[in-house]
Amino acid sequence: MRYAMALDTRKCVGCSDCVVACQTENNVPLGFCRDWVKEVVDGTYPNVSIELRSERCNHCANSPCVRCCPTGASHFEEGGIVLVEHNKCIGCGACIESCPYEARYSHPDGYVDKCTFCIHRVREGLDPACASVCPTKCIYFGDIDDPNSRIVNILKNRKFKSLAPEAGTKPQIFYLL
Amino acid sequence: MKEELFVSGRNIPNIDPYLNIWHWQIPSYLFLGGLAAGILFFAGIFTIMGKENKMATTVKIAPMFTPFALMLGLFLLFLDLKHKMWFWQLYTTIRLESPMGWGAWVLMIMTPISIIWSASYLTEIFPNWDWKFKFLKTFEAWIIKNRILIAWPMTIYAVILGIYTGILLSAFNARPLWNTSILGPLFLVSGMSTGAAVILLLSKDHKERKIMSRIDILLIIIELFFITHLFMGFKAGSEAQINAVNLFLGGSFTAPFFTFVVILGLLLPALLEVLELRGFKVPVVIPAILILAGGLIFRFLIVEAGQITRYLY
Repeated sequence: MRYAMALDTRKCVGCSDCVVACQTENNVPLGFCRDWVKEVVDGTYPNVSIELRSERCNHCANSPCVRCCPTGASHFEEGGIVLVEHNKCIGCGACIESCPYEARYSHPDGYVDKCTFCIHRVREGLDPACASVCPTKCIYFGDIDDPNSRIVNILKNRKFKSLAPEAGTKPQIFYLL
Repeated sequence: MKEELFVSGRNIPNIDPYLNIWHWQIPSYLFLGGLAAGILFFAGIFTIMGKENKMATTVKIAPMFTPFALMLGLFLLFLDLKHKMWFWQLYTTIRLESPMGWGAWVLMIMTPISIIWSASYLTEIFPNWDWKFKFLKTFEAWIIKNRILIAWPMTIYAVILGIYTGILLSAFNARPLWNTSILGPLFLVSGMSTGAAVILLLSKDHKERKIMSRIDILLIIIELFFITHLFMGFKAGSEAQINAVNLFLGGSFTAPFFTFVVILGLLLPALLEVLELRGFKVPVVIPAILILAGGLIFRFLIVEAGQITRYLY
């Protein structure tokens, strides 16, 4: 089992509903966010292209954050979900430094926090909050080890990219182009 | 032209607009670690060479400052933690993949060695010192008899500690400026140079100062060579690496780096030391303080600049 997410950059309208849903679902403290929407504008008028990306922790298969954690607080859960165990985290900041995606932040309570793929929902068979509220249904979540899953089907039929694959982290968030 | 913007808004403290999660504590900790490693390395190596009486300050007096430097360093590391009450878990886990983890362990080994080493010279340096308890006296006698046995691991661990101060940073693939294998040796040499500067400050023996001055000049030359290599390697690297090094070659870190580190922290003290060896009267305080300040500023700049650099996607 290997959980992954595919986001359709052509269907995303940048409404930021995923961000608000995450903040509500996970009680993210004010001023912080576990996911965010980036707009990348390329070119000069009139030849301009826009890419909208809802970004979050990439739940990398080769996670630098899990590797550099001195206490083992950052660890892999089932399906490769990268989690932080709050009571093991000492807040040294090494994982924040190690993340090429700037997906982690220091929670006001001291420990390091980030996207959990809404593991509490996934365990109940639900989609993560961001995927479930998306009005354009552009976020696909699923198990890429299951050949019959919707996400595998989509990745088979669409061109996609991941972010900074040259960092060697084997990110598991894919952006459909 | 490529432009990025957060449409959902994002301004997380210490993460946006650029990473700044490690403040003054980490570079100060790296500086103290490197300095202690330098002193203990010289103390160990001169003991192994059988020169503890010729290099009395190096072997006997300077190491007395290292337990304080290491403990202060550990305390600064503690101050850096944001979930402080859980700090003890650093020492209930062994994670060899984590530089932060094994660095904490190296310090845990190095601090007691430095304490034992300094304590064994207390009665020699302060004749009125009394250990009061008999078992302490027996222990002291045993240490004094077996100093060489301690000098070997101390020298080796000093090198590990010195290199570690660089590896702590270079292990982060996500920060292009840090992610270079030359950073370990560079921090080691810089740490040794600051250690030598402390010995120069403390020593009153002209011959000893002359030897340490010569060593220090050599270390400074190696350091300049490593810095050149560092920049050359980045310049020949990927776009992220080129952007990283441009902070120091034209970017916002250029002026402080070349003024305080290269000119005032390396070239000028080296020149002053050469002049002194040639017979000119130069108060030793000047080059020593310049080297120490340069070493501290160097670590501050690398830690600060490294956090700004990132992968582009």
